[in-house]
Amino acid sequence: MSGRARPPGEPRRIGYLYVLPALVVYALFLLWPLVHGAYLSLFHWDGLTLGTWAGLGNYTQAFSDPSLRGSFWHAFVLLFFYAVLPCCIAFVLVSVMSRSRPRGMTFFRTVLFLPQVVAMVAVAVAWQWIYSDHGPVNGTLRFVGLGGLTRGWLGDFGWALPSVGLIGTWVEIGLAMVLFLAGVQKIPVELYEAARIDGAGAVREFFAVTLPGLRRELAVALTLTTVAALRNFDLIYLTTNGGPGDATKVPAYEVYDRAFNTGEVGLACAIGITIAIVVFILTAGITRVVEGRS
Amino acid sequence: MRKPIMVLATMLISVSACAPGSNNPKPTQKPPSAVRTDIAKAGPVTLTVWDQEVLGGQNEQMQKLNAAFHAKYPNVTIKRVSRSFSDLEKTLRLALSGDNPPDVVEANQGYGIMAALVKAGALVPLDPYDKVYGFHTRFPAGVSQLNSVTTDGKTIGSGSLYGVSMTGEAVGIYYNTDKLAKLGIQPPTSFSQFEQDLALAKSKGETPLYFANLEKFPAIHELGVLLGQTADKGALRNLVFGQSGAWTDPPVVQAAQRLAGWAKNGYLPRTANAGKYNDSPSAFAKGDGVFLIGGPWFAADLQKKLGDKVRFMLPPPPQAGQAQPPTLGGPGLPLAITSKSKHPDVAAAYLNFMTSPQAMDVVVQTGGLPSAKPASATPSSPVGRDVFQAYRTASDKDLLVPYLDYSTTTFMDTLGGALQEIIAGRKTPQQGMAAAQKDYSAFLAKN
Repeated sequence: MSGRARPPGEPRRIGYLYVLPALVVYALFLLWPLVHGAYLSLFHWDGLTLGTWAGLGNYTQAFSDPSLRGSFWHAFVLLFFYAVLPCCIAFVLVSVMSRSRPRGMTFFRTVLFLPQVVAMVAVAVAWQWIYSDHGPVNGTLRFVGLGGLTRGWLGDFGWALPSVGLIGTWVEIGLAMVLFLAGVQKIPVELYEAARIDGAGAVREFFAVTLPGLRRELAVALTLTTVAALRNFDLIYLTTNGGPGDATKVPAYEVYDRAFNTGEVGLACAIGITIAIVVFILTAGITRVVEGRS
Repeated sequence: MRKPIMVLATMLISVSACAPGSNNPKPTQKPPSAVRTDIAKAGPVTLTVWDQEVLGGQNEQMQKLNAAFHAKYPNVTIKRVSRSFSDLEKTLRLALSGDNPPDVVEANQGYGIMAALVKAGALVPLDPYDKVYGFHTRFPAGVSQLNSVTTDGKTIGSGSLYGVSMTGEAVGIYYNTDKLAKLGIQPPTSFSQFEQDLALAKSKGETPLYFANLEKFPAIHELGVLLGQTADKGALRNLVFGQSGAWTDPPVVQAAQRLAGWAKNGYLPRTANAGKYNDSPSAFAKGDGVFLIGGPWFAADLQKKLGDKVRFMLPPPPQAGQAQPPTLGGPGLPLAITSKSKHPDVAAAYLNFMTSPQAMDVVVQTGGLPSAKPASATPSSPVGRDVFQAYRTASDKDLLVPYLDYSTTTFMDTLGGALQEIIAGRKTPQQGMAAAQKDYSAFLAKN
């Protein structure tokens, strides 16, 4: 077969040479740590002395230890606040904006995207104040005569997790909205006109035209926000340290805590690998279901 | 489908043959007679020191003392690396498992860092140097005990000395003199009086005891002060060091019950579990709270904000005139010598210099609380003098009990979390302490 001229565009071996520089960096800083992490997850190791073989012991511990299992459950609760809620709110905002182009669109768009730009540390500190005893949330409740509902939101066993979750919602709305806005602009105006001629109201129009037109954007938004929810560490670390009690512990926080504070490096790696697998399954699922790609 | 499984199995077997980490031999102790103290003749030496004294006064203290050491021994150059506490603690493990670690490090007490480093053979036992320089004569027994670990790294509180601390800590009660005057009361001389004062403050619409517990660990200080009332120091030390006792013992549960009572009676702020600990001084200075439980770390900030209107006292005895009860506290971060250091004798001389009475003077002058007796200096502010005097009393009478979270590597989280639940009324004191005990017995069984 050799000597035969290839059709133009067919991959040639030299292609690998072109991707080599990027591949080396990727392998060195991402693939190798991943493999090494998986390897460490098979040991009981305190980071200093000789590790002992644990097999899958760290993985069984990650699921049998009630506090660790709880942390995975919290991550799924946060998934709602980080991914589902922002996408729903962004849809409402986008359909309002696409129906009636309000004045100062660029301004609104910028303001709503701003939380994405602000550093997470600043976000956390600001929200700690917002939720604090004398912060605006409690202030507003007192002002409208609901003083009985005031509480230390981040220190309340029932409310701490939703409170942290809502910070995530606030951060992720902008991302979802910008993606959807870009998507809406490429839906042909004729489709909307046709729908209106057929007598569709705002709700019907949304489900018949906007939503199907935004499937790919929705998939991207859900993927990004899901990943953000599951690797959520900074917000928890900065606002609650996993407290009160174990109420806001999440797997990514446990990875840090177990590796650096309690000297259970193997267990930390096992949790980390588990997060990676869960993220992989969820994002694959999202692509399949939402985008309709198999 | 067989083949990949076979490959995987072989890989796993080969992997299990080479475990991470290394089995360093434990450093051997040399006889005291072999310790060289004539540092001036040691030739040119560079001593790398890692410390976490980055805040204002502490930074100045290290700079002054390092310069003084270099002036005394011009052949020794100190290469100082300073990082914040959490950064230092996190990088220490990595640094000490490398080939070129620092000579002297500040390694926090407890199972998480110091005992783990001892277990790995990364620190040099200071016993021979102690015989030469007499470290133990400078510090009260309770302070040296906390810097001691058995050579297998399994038990804190006995075995060899591994570190010497420049500063000390003792938890006590700060009070706002303006508020006391307004309530028409004097600083309490007994703990029952203290609790009556809390009730009085509550009835007058004041926050009796300011308390911010978002981070979980702060409540450990409150529990420690109450344990000083219900348990004796020997039992507490044995409990924390894992020698005997349980967290479900009646005196411990009683202390937790009294803490729950404080929360229930409204002596603590309603949103205590949501308050940021580091905001405590500013809240207290704004008049939120008549009393504040804490250690010397609050003194400088409170003094700056409240001046002479804030004072400090050790927790008083149950009834006036009784013996002073124990309280939480001990040495600050200890300086330790790494076993890979090429100049351990020079490093030991450095440790000796940094804890000498003259060095303690510098600690006082830069606003710190010295772990040992200074040569002549005394603090200038009233609250500074209170804190200084309280620590001297606590060390002279041997009243210091280790921080309760030294018990296990995860205890700050488990005990702190349990206390948050007790304060929130979600768990009874018995249930909370049972949760702490579960972690404690699991740790002891594993260790």
